[in-house]
Amino acid sequence: MRNYLKIFRLTLLSIALFVAYSSCTKKESGQSQTSQATELLFGEFGSMTGSESTFGVATHKGIMMAVEEVNKAGGIKGRQIRVITYDDQGKADEAVTAVTKLITQDKVSLLLGEVASSRSIAAGAVAQQYKIPMVSPSSTNPKVTQIGDYIFRVCFIDPFQGAVMAKFAMNNLKLQKAAILRDIRSDYSVGLANFFASEYKKMGGEIVADLAYSSGDMDFKSQLTAIKGKKPDLLFIPGYYTEVGLIARQARELGVKGALLGGDGWDSEKLTEIGGDAILGGYFSNHYSHEDQNPVVQNFVVQYKAKYGEIPNGLAAMGYDAAIVAIDAAKRAADLSPQGLRDALALTKNFQGVTGIITINEERNAVKPAVVLKVAGNQQYQYVTTINP
Amino acid sequence: MQALIQNIINGLAQGSVYALVALGYTMVYGVLQFINFAHSDIFMLGAFAGLYLSGWLVLGGVTSPVILLTLSMFGSMVFCTLVGLTVERIAYRPLRTAPRLNVLITAIGVSLFIENFGQVIFGADPRVFPALIPTKSILSGEDLVLSNVQVTVITVSALLMIVLHWIVHHTKIGTAMRAVSFDIEIASLMGIPTDRVIAFTFVIGSSLAGCASILYGVSYPKIEPLLGVMIGLKAFVAAVFGGIGNIMGAAVGGVVLGLAEAFVVFYVSSTFRDALAFTILILILLLKPAGLFGSVRREKV
Repeated sequence: MRNYLKIFRLTLLSIALFVAYSSCTKKESGQSQTSQATELLFGEFGSMTGSESTFGVATHKGIMMAVEEVNKAGGIKGRQIRVITYDDQGKADEAVTAVTKLITQDKVSLLLGEVASSRSIAAGAVAQQYKIPMVSPSSTNPKVTQIGDYIFRVCFIDPFQGAVMAKFAMNNLKLQKAAILRDIRSDYSVGLANFFASEYKKMGGEIVADLAYSSGDMDFKSQLTAIKGKKPDLLFIPGYYTEVGLIARQARELGVKGALLGGDGWDSEKLTEIGGDAILGGYFSNHYSHEDQNPVVQNFVVQYKAKYGEIPNGLAAMGYDAAIVAIDAAKRAADLSPQGLRDALALTKNFQGVTGIITINEERNAVKPAVVLKVAGNQQYQYVTTINP
Repeated sequence: MQALIQNIINGLAQGSVYALVALGYTMVYGVLQFINFAHSDIFMLGAFAGLYLSGWLVLGGVTSPVILLTLSMFGSMVFCTLVGLTVERIAYRPLRTAPRLNVLITAIGVSLFIENFGQVIFGADPRVFPALIPTKSILSGEDLVLSNVQVTVITVSALLMIVLHWIVHHTKIGTAMRAVSFDIEIASLMGIPTDRVIAFTFVIGSSLAGCASILYGVSYPKIEPLLGVMIGLKAFVAAVFGGIGNIMGAAVGGVVLGLAEAFVVFYVSSTFRDALAFTILILILLLKPAGLFGSVRREKV
């Protein structure tokens, strides 16, 4: 009996050793192909697995499509672009490891990533330290590009959406009295609410109520009772879809009238599931809509569908834009060193991307339009309009 | 004035759910003198049982809201009862003679187990609880709204509490429960089957949780595996506030907490909602440790 156990243990041990060894060798073979002369190396890090894998995978698809297009057209200055992708499993510490490896071992010239601001902030510090330019496709927290002069993004920042919705409420819906219900625990929500309020007041609107909740709350009836007494024309709820759905329901139950408005935190198919009929007709700002009739967008949608067999979501479009902005910078750059790429990125101006015309400002944020979507039935979002900054 | 009445209605609806869950805590504490931390997770399982059951019922062609609600509620009560009994049999009964601390830690373990098990089985993403009764306003004045959901929640809770009171005070098994809670050893010497009485206590507590979970799902149609954590804490505070071990206390504690939360959010700030419950807990432990209706038990040394 004892012998059997011993053999069993030995087998287990050898399997473990074998797996460990083979996983090491795989990584080494990846590096040995590094040849700087004929290739331009881009490093990508994203959540390819884990609970946010849909974000990472969609972004990756967009990036790969852009890179394939430019390689087919002959690459940049005779060089083909090769993307090395590492999975950060949706964890900030893994993102730091991935970026360190991309820079020190793979010697990439430019980094693409991440979707989540928390991971972009963690990884951006490393990129800045080694002076390798990093382009985030869709991290909207203002702090991301404040890390340093090598960190860029191709999306707008959170607070901008607040200003967009204020303009939309005033100019398109012509509503004069607004109530705000903000998630006090989320920087994102507070930022949107503040910018909405200041822009709305600047344009002559009146904020009749400005109340708060905490993410995770289930009951919002007390706040909504207070809001109802003020009779607003619109309710701005810059939160995430789970709470927004419940708020919409309870608001309509209590008889709060007026339009419901919000930001890109609404963008989930769960919104209409939780909110039911109450959320229908609400408006929210977003980065992109595949229904936008702009030929650039429609061309992208057709190409993407042909390649992957699905309609590109916002993250895929942002991934694509991050890659083509980087490629455009590489084309313009005096030399293809990280320093040269950085300088060219900073000079990006009126560049036509899928998600709008992109200009990188002195804070290395993208100045670009936002789209406004309307919540329709069957988990569909209708494109309403594009609001320019 | 109307805002005040509106807040009372909102607070009552929320408070009755707290009260139903608090009853489960208090009853188990009454007989076994330990806090069944897994209770709030049984509540969560009940909500998911209701979610699946009502889904099947709708597929099976049941459309009447009353039947749908009654059947889901009944199904969830049965399911919670089974889970409650299993937990009692597997985790608590073997520790009947062990020090109370061991049982308490086991209860925390069971609670964590169910929470993580739920995340594996149901996924961590929030799910949408089906609208068993389509929301309609019964009373819809300019400033005052009373929905059929709120009325249902308050009436069903009140009915359940009356039934519970009747069971505890006017039936044989209720008398046995009170005897066991008074002194478990003497009760068993008098020929009371204590194990069966304790199991029955779990049956009642868990089925109340099952019922509360359906009422909760109907009022707040978003459920997730960690749903029980906050509700459980609030209900626990309600039970302590009313005097843990005291059935009347748990009911009153739950309703008072619900009302207090509604008022604090309306008149002060929403950020104090969760702080309020724990402030109450600290104050009651400092000023009147036995709770509102609790009586001090002298420990014989």
